[in-house]
Amino acid sequence: MIQLDAIDKNILNMIQLDFPMEVHPFEELSDRLDISEKELLQRLERLNHEGALRRIGPIINTKKTGGISTLVAIKVPDSKINEIAKRINEHPEVSHNYLRHADYNIWFTLSAPSREHLDHIINTLKNETGYPVIDLPTIRLFKIGVKFNVR
Amino acid sequence: MSDEVKVHTQDRMLDEVNIRILKLTQDGISFTHSPFTHIAEELGISEEEIVDRIRHMQEHGFIRRFGASIGHRVVGITANAMCTWNVPDERVEEVGAVMAGFDEVTHCYERPRYPDWPYNLFTMVHSYTRDDCEEVARQISIATGISDYRLLYSEREFKKTGVRL
Repeated sequence: MIQLDAIDKNILNMIQLDFPMEVHPFEELSDRLDISEKELLQRLERLNHEGALRRIGPIINTKKTGGISTLVAIKVPDSKINEIAKRINEHPEVSHNYLRHADYNIWFTLSAPSREHLDHIINTLKNETGYPVIDLPTIRLFKIGVKFNVR
Repeated sequence: MSDEVKVHTQDRMLDEVNIRILKLTQDGISFTHSPFTHIAEELGISEEEIVDRIRHMQEHGFIRRFGASIGHRVVGITANAMCTWNVPDERVEEVGAVMAGFDEVTHCYERPRYPDWPYNLFTMVHSYTRDDCEEVARQISIATGISDYRLLYSEREFKKTGVRL
């Protein structure tokens, strides 16, 4: 785990939702933080290098770009978890994939240009593995605002 | 993914230039005084136009936000619980809104039920410890009156990437 001082924490909390969209965004940010731009850039490099900051970029809205996504869960015996997880990951349409202890134990998200494309992947997995699969597309969205409060 | 991936949209807002801007920034901009210079040169437009176009895409919802993705595990936010709730259909709208109001809830969705899966509301809770997550779930349960719920922790991460064009 990374050591963070108060300024690092401030930076991380500020750049998630309030990143200034300007030609010189880090200059503006350093003003807000009351540090020099040079210091800010050095801190960002370190945070990025250590993995605390993965990237600064666009969070693309698949709905608007014409894509469609879903959450899928599959019920796999313990001895098959690694093999099936690997097979799932082979699909580039898989963006997240986790092991969770429940009846349905492998949970992954799929994003693709069309519903047919999603169905094809889900049906392939169902047919190839024979394990029960539930497809859990979003019916209603109440919140998607990943902001981590670094304290 | 390859450049051949077609972005299906009837909306002219997401024209070829905007798609290229997204592709050139989706792995992250550089930490420099002028992070858009290279992209501007490559696309043959000004940095100001790039910034305007990104703002425009934000305003129109093509990008949810432009900002940092945090390595939340690295900073110590290691507990990640998917809380699944069995909410009566007629209460989903009201309960979903209450759950979304909790800071620790990063995502909140309604999803379909199945015969062996009765849980129809999903909230992702991220915090420093599992105890924190359990406490948040308890608070949500008290606030909503929904007592049939389960917390599914991620025991292992097999894959995690952003959604890419």
